[in-house]
Amino acid sequence: MFSPELAVNALVAGVLLGGFYAAVTIGISISFGILDIVNIAHPAFIILGSYIAYILNAQFGIDPIIAAIIALPAFYALGAAIYQVYHVAFEMRGREALSGLAFFFGLLFITEVLLILVFGVDYRYVQASYVDQSINIGFINLPKRMLIPCLISILMFVALQLFLSRTFIGRAITAVAQDQLALRLMAASPTRIKRIAFAISIATASLAGAFLIIIQPVEPSVGREYIGRVFAICVLGGLGSLPGTIIAAMLLGIAESFTSTFYGPSWAPAVSFGILLLTLAFRPAGLLGR
Amino acid sequence: MRSAIFFLIAVVVAAIVFACALAINNDYVFFAGYTVLQFIVLATAWNILGGYTGYVNFGSAAFFALGAYSSVFLHKFYPMPIPVLIIIAAVISGLVGLGMGYLTLRLRGAFFAIATLALAVVLQTLIVNWNYVGGSRGAYVVRPATIAFLGNYVHYLFLLMLGLAVIALTVARTIEHSSLGYGFATIRDDELAAEASGVPTLRLKLIATTISGALMGMAGAPFPYYIGYLQPSSAFGLEYAVNSIAMPIIGGTATWLGPLIGAIVLGSLQQYVTVTISSSVNVLIVGLLLVVFVVIAPNGIVGLVQSILRRRRYERKPA
Repeated sequence: MFSPELAVNALVAGVLLGGFYAAVTIGISISFGILDIVNIAHPAFIILGSYIAYILNAQFGIDPIIAAIIALPAFYALGAAIYQVYHVAFEMRGREALSGLAFFFGLLFITEVLLILVFGVDYRYVQASYVDQSINIGFINLPKRMLIPCLISILMFVALQLFLSRTFIGRAITAVAQDQLALRLMAASPTRIKRIAFAISIATASLAGAFLIIIQPVEPSVGREYIGRVFAICVLGGLGSLPGTIIAAMLLGIAESFTSTFYGPSWAPAVSFGILLLTLAFRPAGLLGR
Repeated sequence: MRSAIFFLIAVVVAAIVFACALAINNDYVFFAGYTVLQFIVLATAWNILGGYTGYVNFGSAAFFALGAYSSVFLHKFYPMPIPVLIIIAAVISGLVGLGMGYLTLRLRGAFFAIATLALAVVLQTLIVNWNYVGGSRGAYVVRPATIAFLGNYVHYLFLLMLGLAVIALTVARTIEHSSLGYGFATIRDDELAAEASGVPTLRLKLIATTISGALMGMAGAPFPYYIGYLQPSSAFGLEYAVNSIAMPIIGGTATWLGPLIGAIVLGSLQQYVTVTISSSVNVLIVGLLLVVFVVIAPNGIVGLVQSILRRRRYERKPA
């Protein structure tokens, strides 16, 4: 049953899967990790991204990743609008804890049910030249539909990390979590900075959605499987740490890949929860947490 | 003492409800009524943790399904009367609630919410892989056609759920008017200040999760007998998670009355929409109402009525 070839392939598949998970989680890393906004509707926006990639692909034959880049501004605007409502309704009244959570929970269901009403519960998939190709190096199998999302996702991480550490707005975003008053003294409005950051977090859902529908067929309720995963990764990596997020995503990818290779795919969803509970119990600050 | 009076009143009201349902003498009333009552129990249970202490539980479906599946297991293992099953389900779900709370409640509130969300996924994975209780195929639970004294078995299930609703509401109201309830309120309003003033916050939160989880499990225990064929996707259904949050928030989370009103209003509306339009529109309506209420009327229907009454009293005063 256990062979080195199988194990190496499981490891490689896990790393590729982890790269994709990193893209799914980065939005939560920004909104929950940095801004302290518990956006549990994020996976629903990812599914929305999948469907937009699907429409553009099926109607106009656009490559799903290009389609996601076209949709980025729309997602950015959606994120800015949601933050505005959130800010006025909850942050200004100091009701983030209960009402804010319920708000995102409601958005999760609205998005999911609207998608069900429009597209039904059939699985949808995209056409692209690389979807069913793979590269073989010796006995190692690298399917392109996993490899390409993984590479672009790492690229996205590097870009965002540079943005956060090198630009004024990026540094202001990291600062907003630490000291809003100091930020105001630097003549930057915390609300505006948070709106930009939240909009970026939702914009990443567009790309993550395209990756998802390249990797697997999508139907509206698939998103719920990712809620546990993204928060597990986010907490394991350490809140607000992008390098931590990518390491944790790889670890979870590898753990799930081994579980499905050696125990069966139906057990994979339990892995993330196990990791989440263990992290919360033993190291709540996460791997690279402050 | 006042709790005892409340309990008696609730029993009398429940008896009247049951008599009315018998008088209408239509099986559909009992089927639909059972669902609404089940939501009263779930919403009240959610509110004990969510409304009183301010900790959001997204895993109501998990606790509900835990109750339902403990019944399926015992039904196969050694059949027992439903009231016994309800008690066993309460113990199991209460213990799971305690364990969940112990692991996550020492941290910030959001972690608990996330963990409960993930709990539903994992429990569903376990059930899907557990063949003894039917696995992903589901399990048949054939209910007897009749029962002693009452005759119709559906009437019996309805009566049981009515009893559970009375118990849940009495528990909620008793907590509200006890020192436990005041302790919960301090946690909701300012946990740090409560902790500093010597309120044993962790212990109180654990009590809340245990009671809340146990009540949700109780609501789930008779469910396999009601539905006859239980599969993971129906026990872990969307509607339980979303309704048990939406009902208290739409009704008002501050008192026991809020979840009751929310469950009756939303529950009846959903029965109507499910029959006339479709069940996915049903979830959409609940989601929309939830968002509208948290944004515009965060204190729910009860809060709205209270503010209208207060304004009217204020206007009358100068005259």
